[in-house]
Formats: sequence, structure tokens, C-alpha cells
Amino acid sequence: MERIRVLVAKPGLDGHDRGARVVARALRDAGMEVIYTGLRQTPEDIAEAAVQEDVQVVGLSILSGAHNTLVPRVLEQLRARGAGNVLFLVGGIIPEEDVEFLKSAGVHAVFGPGTSTDDIVEFIKSHVKG
Amino acid sequence: MRSVDEIVNGVLEGDTRALARAITMVENEREGYEQVLERIYPHTGKAYVVGLTGAPGVGKSTLVDRLAKFARGHGHSVGILAVDPTSPFSGGAILGDRVRMQSHSGDPGVFIRSLATRGQLGGLSRASGGVIQLMDAAGRDLILVETVGSGQSEVEIMRYAHTVVVVVIAGLGDEIQMIKAGILEIGDVFCVNKADREGSDRTAADLRMLADSCSKGWIPPVVKTQARSGEGVDQLYQAIFGHRQYLESTGDMRHRQLRSAEAGIRDIIIEQVVDRTLDLARAEQVLDELLERLTARQTNPYQAAKHLLNAYGSQILRMCEGDAE
Repeated sequence: MERIRVLVAKPGLDGHDRGARVVARALRDAGMEVIYTGLRQTPEDIAEAAVQEDVQVVGLSILSGAHNTLVPRVLEQLRARGAGNVLFLVGGIIPEEDVEFLKSAGVHAVFGPGTSTDDIVEFIKSHVKG
Repeated sequence: MRSVDEIVNGVLEGDTRALARAITMVENEREGYEQVLERIYPHTGKAYVVGLTGAPGVGKSTLVDRLAKFARGHGHSVGILAVDPTSPFSGGAILGDRVRMQSHSGDPGVFIRSLATRGQLGGLSRASGGVIQLMDAAGRDLILVETVGSGQSEVEIMRYAHTVVVVVIAGLGDEIQMIKAGILEIGDVFCVNKADREGSDRTAADLRMLADSCSKGWIPPVVKTQARSGEGVDQLYQAIFGHRQYLESTGDMRHRQLRSAEAGIRDIIIEQVVDRTLDLARAEQVLDELLERLTARQTNPYQAAKHLLNAYGSQILRMCEGDAE
């Protein structure tokens, strides 16, 4: 039986992971298998975990404002490992003006504060077959 | 989708991505997974498999992390299989064991895979046996298997592990809890983790008494650890390899191998015969009808089972012959 597997990861120096946990639970409740790796992951760690866990979706949560540096690095590490084809999502505190840049870097969707978890679930389910 | 050849060759070369893909294939029982397992089987049997079991929160993940680090220090490559429960309501799962396995950043010598139980009881997932074989064939010297941690009935791990470590902490129950059948009986090594907790000495002493009194042959050693600081992990590692030497110097290793080989065959027979019988009966609506009659007490389960075996036995035999060719 196929299940959607999602890596929820927090790169950088954020001090808490409440948002990431809320999303992880919502995805679990939608029937997905969520691999959660905790705070302060390097882009290499995240990409390596995505490969070993063979996920179809990678979701980054970034609150620190470092998204424009961190996101391309994670994508680069994923591509270096042949895993550049995952569905790649970013959430957290992302200013509207940065969304275009992130999308051009390879992010499929950006979910800012106030996003309903249903929208995230819906987006994943419409892009990945479980 | 890559071919069976590519996957098998990749696994045998130790390629991380191929190994990860193969595990998914086996876990989802995707087309071709049996061929993958058939073809890697001759290359298995080299790894040493250690299972860690115990209640939630006793520190299994952290211990696995530290043991892996220790093994890396000795030049062994490591595969980790961490199992977490699937939600019975949504079918989803949060697999969080990696949070406590962060000592291996940038080290390709440690491969970690999280699996959800997907409804399987006994503390492991149905794919566990296959996943262990894949890691073995990929050249991992030491495979650490962390069970769910539901507590008292996690005996499945015995089938796959050469050494089972039962992890406990002080203050989780009295001696009566301890002598209950089940989890403590399967321990080859006992580990009292978080040993700075009050009562740890007492717990260790109780376990030692239990260990001395119950078994013949191997007497499970009791080791106190503080996984977070790493204290005692070297003793735990030595205790595990003491058990390995014991198994190898007596006939017990052979005995375990035979037992697990038989369990492996039994699983496949169940899969091939039981699942196929029910699938066939379901497809022809025979099953529904039978279940109706069963719940109306017009027949009984023994009669119903015999009826299905009679109806589909020969067809399943032909299917098995087809597979064998």
C-alpha cells in the first residue's frame, strides 16, 4: 500500500518548532507519514534524510528570516543527491516579496502565517499520489 | 520507476538512494519487490542485528544514536531501523526518532530509516524483515532495530535480532511488573537507562536477580547507562558483543538462524496462501456472502475456512507453481 511520506524539517537557528509540529500533526491526521527531524538541521542533513527516508515531499519551516539563503542550499543538496524531483514546500514567516524568488529557486508552494493546514494537505494530495 | 536490476545492483553496491528506494518498494509491496528480496538474499547473513525494545520514553532512540556512534568509532558501518506507531484513526504517522539521532551528520556510514507500523502488532512493521535484509545486503555491518515502545508485547523483534536489548528506567513499576511474562523474557541484555534517576540501583539489582534466576546458559548482563551523556554506552556495547561471542561459541547462533529462517518461510506461506485465498474469495463475492452467513450464525468459522480452502486450494497451488518457474 502506498502512503505519502513527508519530511518536515527546520533548517537554521529558529528557537522553537510549534508551527512545524502543528503541520506535522495535520499531515498525520490526513493519513500521511511524517518524518520529523527537529531543530537546527543543516541543508546537508535535510537532504540526506530526504534520500534515506525516500520521501515524496519536503517541507521546510523557517522563522528566522534566513529563507533566501537556506532554501536554495537545501535544494542544491537535494539535487546533488538526485532527489531534486521532490515536492518542495516552505512555511513559516516569509514576506510576500520573497515568494517569487523562492518559487524561481524551485519551491512549489509557500505557506505563510495564517495558512489553513487543510490547504497544505490539499496541495500535497493534489500533487502527489499516495 | 527504476528496474529491478538497477535497484538490486544499487543495493549490492551500497548506494544510499537505491537502498532507500528498495526499502520503499518492499514496504509498499510494489510490483517486483519479491524479486528484489529473492535476488539480494544470497548476499545477506553478514550483518549483526541488535534490537532495542522497551516502553516509550526510556531513551531507546538516544541509546541507538550512541551505540551507532560507538560502532562507527570501531569502523563498522551502521543501518538503523526505527519504528513508530501508525495512527489507527487516520493511517498516518509521525516518525520522530531521527530527532534524537543527530550524531551522524555528514557520515555516510550511518543509514537511518523510519518506518510506521501500518497496523502491524508486536512492535515492528510488516516490512521489517525485508528492510533488515536489504540493509544487510547493502553491506551494513551492524543493524540496530528500535521497536515502537508500546511495552509488554514486543516479542516480534526476537525473530530478527541476534541480540535483544531490553531498555528500562527506574520507577516504571515494581517487581511484579518485572516478572510478568513477555518483554523481559526476551532480553539478552538489560539496560537501565537514565541511571541518574532515583532507584536505578534497585532496578538494576532486581533485574540481576531476575536474570540469575530464570535462564539456563546465557545470563543476561545488566548495564546502567545515561544515554544522553554517553555514560555506560561502552559497557552496553561490550555486553552486546559478549552475547554475540556466546552465541557463536555455543550452538545458539545456529539455533537462532534456523528459527528465524523458519519464521521467514511461514510468513511467506501465510502471505501466499492466506492473502490469496481471501483475495480470490473477495473478488468473487464469495467472502461477503460467507461473512453474512457467519454473522447470522448459519455457519461457523471452521466450516467457512475449510470451505474457502477447498474452493481455492488448487487454484492457489497453480499460482504458486507459476511463481516458481
